Amino acid sequence: MNKIEKYLRKLNDNSDIMPIIQTKNLTKFYDKLKAVDDLSIEVEEGEIFGLLGPNGAGKTTLLMMLTTLRKPTSGTATVNDFDIAKQQDQVRKSIGIVFQDPSSDDILTGYENLKLHGMLYGMPADLRERRIKEVLELVDLTDRKDDLVKKYSGGMRRRLELARGLMHRPKILFLDEPTLGLDPQSRERLWEYIENLAKNEKISIVITTHYMDEADKLCDRLVIIDSGKIVAIGSPEKLKKIIGGDIVILEVDKPKIDELKKLSFAKKVETKDGLLYLTVINANRHLPEILKTVGKVKSVEVRSPTLDDVFIYYTGKEIRDDSPEGGWIQRVIHQRSNR
Amino acid sequence: MSEATGIYALWYREFKVFLREKSRIVSSIINPILWFLIIGGGIGSSISFGKINYQTFIFPGILIQTALFSSIFFGVYIVWDKKIDFLKEVLVAPISRTSIFVGKILGGSTDALIQISILLIIGVAFVQTGIISGLNISITSVLTSMAFMFVAIVGLVSIGLIIGSQMESPEGFQLISSFLIFPMFFLSGALFPINNLPPWIATFTFLDPMTYAVDGLRGVLVGISQFSIYFDFLVVSAFSFVMVLIGIFAIKRMKL
Repeated sequence: MNKIEKYLRKLNDNSDIMPIIQTKNLTKFYDKLKAVDDLSIEVEEGEIFGLLGPNGAGKTTLLMMLTTLRKPTSGTATVNDFDIAKQQDQVRKSIGIVFQDPSSDDILTGYENLKLHGMLYGMPADLRERRIKEVLELVDLTDRKDDLVKKYSGGMRRRLELARGLMHRPKILFLDEPTLGLDPQSRERLWEYIENLAKNEKISIVITTHYMDEADKLCDRLVIIDSGKIVAIGSPEKLKKIIGGDIVILEVDKPKIDELKKLSFAKKVETKDGLLYLTVINANRHLPEILKTVGKVKSVEVRSPTLDDVFIYYTGKEIRDDSPEGGWIQRVIHQRSNR
Repeated sequence: MSEATGIYALWYREFKVFLREKSRIVSSIINPILWFLIIGGGIGSSISFGKINYQTFIFPGILIQTALFSSIFFGVYIVWDKKIDFLKEVLVAPISRTSIFVGKILGGSTDALIQISILLIIGVAFVQTGIISGLNISITSVLTSMAFMFVAIVGLVSIGLIIGSQMESPEGFQLISSFLIFPMFFLSGALFPINNLPPWIATFTFLDPMTYAVDGLRGVLVGISQFSIYFDFLVVSAFSFVMVLIGIFAIKRMKL
């Protein structure tokens, strides 16, 4: 993009925020399988942007293309204004990544892993030492820096890798399923670090996850993708508004569905797994009337819509949490049990 | 400049890991010594070549055997790096794949050369204590041997990396590499003289690059060789050069 084009764009957009990542009709085939399908998205500078979708939706493939580890079949993308196919080195210098699987050497200490990273990125020794100190403090690992990574917990290891991804001061940080396989406490701690980063370091963050609550909590904007295509894009609040009401889940023996459908405030009535799902405007207020209409109720649950509901709304399927796409631990266990 | 730091970084990592895995060093030293003492001693009790006893004869062969096994086997670590995401961390760094390959070669060669040096020192100790005789140990012969070994090891580590870059599992690596390692070892003349072989074995022996490594090293350390040492060195260098080229090609088209 030349300067004039950029200038015109700014005028048209009426904003001075340039997208830090921009993909245009990005497509990736694996043999005949379309993993990423004609994807055009923009990530703005300084935001936490989520790539949300079930396993195999194409999130990781997209990430691999944006980080120059795989080449797109067709389409283009720019990262920090550099072309991912033609200016790989500049792209690589602009980004930091925390991979889905552990990517630190566990026979080295935390410090040595960071040193290695600094050298790979061509940092002079004094700068490297300074940054190592800085990022270790940021993730609270200073007093464990000389321990072998083997002795770290899963959460500590992920934090070390987060620190490593930040060491060369990237403009964009990619996090691929950063909390996969972590216990709830470590998860929340990691979330805190990520939120602080976005706030204090003015860094753009792209995060892939199949945890809806994670995306909801962290992301300024997110794109839901399924089978390589965009399903929906926007802020979590905006996306949840699409549902247009609260969710009421009822367990009823013989539900009078037709009569429920006549109620003006019931936007959607569905049965699934023997349960009745209603989308209701202002459920707290209308619940008594629903209970009166539906028949003999065994149990009832009212909740605000989640990103899960948004996903179901668009695709008709659920994102399941119980089948992670194989962190290395799962893979190891899987292999062991197959022997 | 940053490519050079990157190469140094990769070497640094391999070297650190090598030093920490003590069992790897110990087992890589014990096996050759067993070969030397038991096979060499056992067969040597009924065979000798003129003035040269069998143990002395196979000493250079055992050095090459160690280089062969540990260099090619080094390629398995790239498969392990692939299994976790460490390899991605390296590939996403702003350095070229050629530099990554060079860094790996240097790392693997250092490992193998350290093992060889330990064996050479043990060899010197054997000479001093009179366990073997007829080894030509001097500063020149040791340095020439190391140069010979280094060139051969670069080619062998390349073979390991070529296989490793294309394999998905350590088991697969093991299978493919042993198909190469054992013929290369047995045909090389590490354990027998090659001047009187049946024609069909001789054909394969002359095709095996390790034959020239063993022959050259034996020329330097024992003083008997089939070809001139310069010719041996030339063949081994050519072999390593070609392997490095193929290796760079393989690492460039390596998929994750």
